Amino acid sequence: MFRLSPTPLNPADLAQALTDERAGACVTFEGWVRSRNDGQSVFALDYEAYPLLAEKEGARIVAEAREKFSVLAAHCVHRTGHLAIGELAVWLGVTAEHRGDAFEACRYLIDEAKARVPIWKKEHYAGGASVWINCATRGDHVHLPGQPA
Amino acid sequence: MKNLTIRYFAILREQRGLTEETLTTTAATPTALYDELQARHHFTLPADRVRAAVNDEFVAATASLRDGDRVVFIPPVAGG
Repeated sequence: MFRLSPTPLNPADLAQALTDERAGACVTFEGWVRSRNDGQSVFALDYEAYPLLAEKEGARIVAEAREKFSVLAAHCVHRTGHLAIGELAVWLGVTAEHRGDAFEACRYLIDEAKARVPIWKKEHYAGGASVWINCATRGDHVHLPGQPA
Repeated sequence: MKNLTIRYFAILREQRGLTEETLTTTAATPTALYDELQARHHFTLPADRVRAAVNDEFVAATASLRDGDRVVFIPPVAGG
Protein backbone atom coordinates (compact mmCIF):
# COMPACT_ATOMS: atom_id res chain seq x y z
CA MET A 1 0.00 0.00 0.00
CA PHE A 2 1.29 3.45 -0.92
CA ARG A 3 -0.58 6.65 -0.23
CA LEU A 4 -0.17 10.37 0.21
CA SER A 5 -1.41 12.17 3.30
CA PRO A 6 -2.11 15.90 3.55
CA THR A 7 -2.51 15.54 7.33
CA PRO A 8 0.03 14.60 10.07
CA LEU A 9 1.04 10.94 10.34
CA ASN A 10 0.63 9.01 13.57
CA PRO A 11 3.02 6.03 13.66
CA ALA A 12 1.02 4.18 16.32
CA ASP A 13 -2.15 4.38 14.22
CA LEU A 14 -0.32 3.36 11.04
CA ALA A 15 1.37 0.38 12.73
CA GLN A 16 -1.98 -1.11 13.72
CA ALA A 17 -2.50 -2.21 10.12
CA LEU A 18 0.65 -4.36 10.37
CA THR A 19 -0.61 -6.73 13.06
CA ASP A 20 -0.27 -10.27 11.71
CA GLU A 21 0.24 -13.45 13.71
CA ARG A 22 2.31 -14.97 10.87
CA ALA A 23 4.90 -12.18 11.16
CA GLY A 24 8.14 -12.75 13.02
CA ALA A 25 9.63 -9.38 12.06
CA CYS A 26 8.36 -5.83 11.75
CA VAL A 27 10.60 -3.06 10.42
CA THR A 28 9.34 0.51 10.38
CA PHE A 29 11.08 3.59 9.06
CA GLU A 30 10.29 7.21 9.83
CA GLY A 31 11.70 10.06 7.76
CA TRP A 32 11.76 13.25 9.85
CA VAL A 33 12.17 16.88 8.87
CA ARG A 34 15.59 17.86 10.19
CA SER A 35 16.84 21.31 11.09
CA ARG A 36 19.93 21.37 8.86
CA ASN A 37 20.60 20.38 5.26
CA ASP A 38 23.85 20.94 3.37
CA GLY A 39 25.05 23.38 6.01
CA GLN A 40 21.89 25.52 5.88
CA SER A 41 19.56 26.06 8.81
CA VAL A 42 16.15 24.77 7.73
CA PHE A 43 13.03 26.48 9.09
CA ALA A 44 10.29 24.40 7.45
CA LEU A 45 9.50 22.64 4.20
CA ASP A 46 6.75 21.99 1.72
CA TYR A 47 6.09 18.70 -0.03
CA GLU A 48 4.16 18.84 -3.29
CA ALA A 49 3.07 15.72 -5.17
CA TYR A 50 1.61 14.82 -8.53
CA PRO A 51 -1.04 12.72 -6.80
CA LEU A 52 -2.20 10.33 -9.52
CA LEU A 53 1.25 9.42 -10.76
CA ALA A 54 2.81 9.42 -7.27
CA GLU A 55 0.28 6.84 -6.11
CA LYS A 56 0.74 4.75 -9.27
CA GLU A 57 4.53 4.76 -9.05
CA GLY A 58 4.40 4.17 -5.30
CA ALA A 59 2.13 1.16 -5.84
CA ARG A 60 4.57 -0.21 -8.44
CA ILE A 61 7.45 0.12 -5.97
CA VAL A 62 5.46 -1.72 -3.30
CA ALA A 63 4.64 -4.47 -5.84
CA GLU A 64 8.34 -4.75 -6.75
CA ALA A 65 9.31 -5.08 -3.10
CA ARG A 66 6.72 -7.82 -2.64
CA GLU A 67 8.17 -9.65 -5.65
CA LYS A 68 11.81 -9.33 -4.60
CA PHE A 69 11.39 -10.09 -0.90
CA SER A 70 9.25 -12.45 1.10
CA VAL A 71 7.11 -9.97 3.00
CA LEU A 72 3.63 -10.09 4.50
CA ALA A 73 2.77 -6.39 4.44
CA ALA A 74 4.52 -3.37 2.93
CA HIS A 75 3.06 0.06 3.58
CA CYS A 76 4.36 3.52 2.72
CA VAL A 77 2.67 6.83 3.53
CA HIS A 78 4.15 10.16 2.43
CA ARG A 79 3.13 13.58 3.66
CA THR A 80 2.24 16.50 1.44
CA GLY A 81 1.89 20.14 2.44
CA HIS A 82 3.73 22.34 4.92
CA LEU A 83 5.86 20.58 7.55
CA ALA A 84 7.73 21.97 10.53
CA ILE A 85 11.05 20.70 11.92
CA GLY A 86 10.62 17.34 13.63
CA GLU A 87 7.45 16.37 11.75
CA LEU A 88 7.11 12.98 10.16
CA ALA A 89 7.55 13.25 6.37
CA VAL A 90 7.36 9.58 5.42
CA TRP A 91 6.44 6.38 7.25
CA LEU A 92 7.12 2.81 6.14
CA GLY A 93 6.11 -0.42 7.75
CA VAL A 94 7.09 -3.89 6.57
CA THR A 95 6.30 -7.25 8.10
CA ALA A 96 7.79 -10.61 7.18
CA GLU A 97 8.30 -14.03 8.67
CA HIS A 98 12.00 -13.23 9.10
CA ARG A 99 13.97 -10.04 9.74
CA GLY A 100 16.21 -10.20 6.66
CA ASP A 101 13.38 -9.72 4.20
CA ALA A 102 11.73 -7.08 6.38
CA PHE A 103 14.92 -4.97 6.59
CA GLU A 104 15.78 -5.33 2.91
CA ALA A 105 12.27 -4.60 1.67
CA CYS A 106 12.07 -1.51 3.87
CA ARG A 107 15.38 -0.24 2.50
CA TYR A 108 14.28 -0.95 -1.07
CA LEU A 109 10.99 0.89 -0.59
CA ILE A 110 12.47 4.09 0.80
CA ASP A 111 15.37 4.21 -1.67
CA GLU A 112 13.12 3.67 -4.71
CA ALA A 113 10.43 6.03 -3.42
CA LYS A 114 12.97 8.82 -2.99
CA ALA A 115 14.35 8.27 -6.49
CA ARG A 116 11.15 7.70 -8.48
CA VAL A 117 7.93 8.99 -6.92
CA PRO A 118 6.92 12.44 -8.23
CA ILE A 119 7.08 14.32 -4.94
CA TRP A 120 9.00 17.56 -4.59
CA LYS A 121 10.47 19.25 -1.54
CA LYS A 122 10.91 22.96 -1.04
CA GLU A 123 13.13 23.93 1.87
CA HIS A 124 12.63 27.23 3.67
CA TYR A 125 15.74 28.59 5.37
CA ALA A 126 16.14 30.66 8.49
CA GLY A 127 17.34 33.64 6.41
CA GLY A 128 14.14 33.72 4.37
CA ALA A 129 15.37 32.03 1.19
CA SER A 130 13.73 28.87 -0.15
CA VAL A 131 14.86 26.28 -2.67
CA TRP A 132 13.33 23.33 -4.54
CA ILE A 133 15.66 20.47 -3.65
CA ASN A 134 17.53 18.82 -6.57
CA CYS A 135 16.37 21.56 -8.95
CA ALA A 136 19.33 23.96 -8.67
CA THR A 137 20.80 25.06 -11.98
CA ARG A 138 23.76 27.11 -13.09
CA GLY A 139 23.19 30.76 -12.26
CA ASP A 140 20.77 30.21 -9.39
CA HIS A 141 21.09 32.91 -6.76
CA VAL A 142 20.74 30.48 -3.89
CA HIS A 143 23.62 28.05 -4.23
CA LEU A 144 23.87 25.21 -1.76
CA PRO A 145 27.34 24.16 -0.65
CA GLY A 146 28.21 20.67 -1.78
CA GLN A 147 26.19 20.83 -4.98
CA PRO A 148 27.82 21.40 -8.36
CA ALA A 149 27.41 24.96 -9.59
CA MET B 1 -1.79 21.42 -34.78
CA LYS B 2 -3.00 19.79 -31.59
CA ASN B 3 -4.59 21.00 -28.39
CA LEU B 4 -2.86 19.90 -25.20
CA THR B 5 -3.48 20.43 -21.50
CA ILE B 6 -0.36 21.06 -19.46
CA ARG B 7 -0.23 20.81 -15.66
CA TYR B 8 2.61 22.29 -13.70
CA PHE B 9 4.08 21.22 -10.38
CA ALA B 10 6.72 22.54 -7.99
CA ILE B 11 9.46 24.68 -9.55
CA LEU B 12 7.75 24.68 -12.96
CA ARG B 13 4.43 25.75 -11.42
CA GLU B 14 6.17 28.68 -9.75
CA GLN B 15 8.13 29.68 -12.85
CA ARG B 16 5.03 29.45 -15.07
CA GLY B 17 2.85 31.20 -12.49
CA LEU B 18 -0.09 28.83 -12.90
CA THR B 19 -1.06 25.22 -12.35
CA GLU B 20 -2.66 24.35 -15.68
CA GLU B 21 -3.14 25.71 -19.18
CA THR B 22 -4.30 24.57 -22.59
CA LEU B 23 -2.09 25.14 -25.58
CA THR B 24 -2.31 24.75 -29.33
CA THR B 25 1.01 23.56 -30.66
CA THR B 26 2.83 21.78 -33.46
CA ALA B 27 5.19 20.08 -30.97
CA ALA B 28 5.34 16.38 -31.83
CA THR B 29 7.11 15.11 -28.70
CA PRO B 30 7.45 16.04 -25.01
CA THR B 31 10.98 17.28 -25.71
CA ALA B 32 9.79 19.60 -28.48
CA LEU B 33 6.98 20.86 -26.26
CA TYR B 34 9.34 21.49 -23.35
CA ASP B 35 11.71 23.40 -25.64
CA GLU B 36 8.79 25.56 -26.78
CA LEU B 37 7.60 26.23 -23.22
CA GLN B 38 11.10 26.80 -21.87
CA ALA B 39 11.82 29.41 -24.53
CA ARG B 40 8.55 31.20 -23.75
CA HIS B 41 8.62 31.03 -19.95
CA HIS B 42 12.36 30.88 -19.18
CA PHE B 43 12.23 27.64 -17.20
CA THR B 44 15.60 27.14 -15.52
CA LEU B 45 15.66 23.33 -15.70
CA PRO B 46 17.26 22.00 -18.87
CA ALA B 47 15.19 19.48 -20.85
CA ASP B 48 17.47 16.60 -19.88
CA ARG B 49 16.59 17.04 -16.17
CA VAL B 50 12.84 16.89 -16.71
CA ARG B 51 10.80 13.72 -17.23
CA ALA B 52 7.51 13.68 -19.08
CA ALA B 53 4.15 12.14 -18.24
CA VAL B 54 1.22 11.93 -20.62
CA ASN B 55 -2.29 11.12 -19.37
CA ASP B 56 -0.87 10.31 -15.91
CA GLU B 57 1.80 7.84 -17.02
CA PHE B 58 5.54 8.25 -17.58
CA VAL B 59 6.52 8.40 -21.26
CA ALA B 60 9.77 8.67 -23.21
CA ALA B 61 10.90 12.18 -24.13
CA THR B 62 10.48 11.16 -27.77
CA ALA B 63 6.93 9.76 -27.44
CA SER B 64 4.30 11.04 -29.90
CA LEU B 65 1.90 13.65 -28.55
CA ARG B 66 -1.73 13.40 -29.65
CA ASP B 67 -4.57 15.88 -29.71
CA GLY B 68 -6.20 16.07 -26.28
CA ASP B 69 -3.23 14.70 -24.33
CA ARG B 70 -2.65 15.89 -20.76
CA VAL B 71 1.05 16.55 -20.31
CA VAL B 72 3.08 17.00 -17.13
CA PHE B 73 6.78 17.78 -16.97
CA ILE B 74 8.37 16.29 -13.88
CA PRO B 75 11.28 18.16 -12.29
CA PRO B 76 13.88 16.13 -10.35
CA VAL B 77 11.99 14.48 -7.50
CA ALA B 78 12.87 14.83 -3.82
CA GLY B 79 10.54 12.77 -1.68
CA GLY B 80 11.52 11.15 1.59
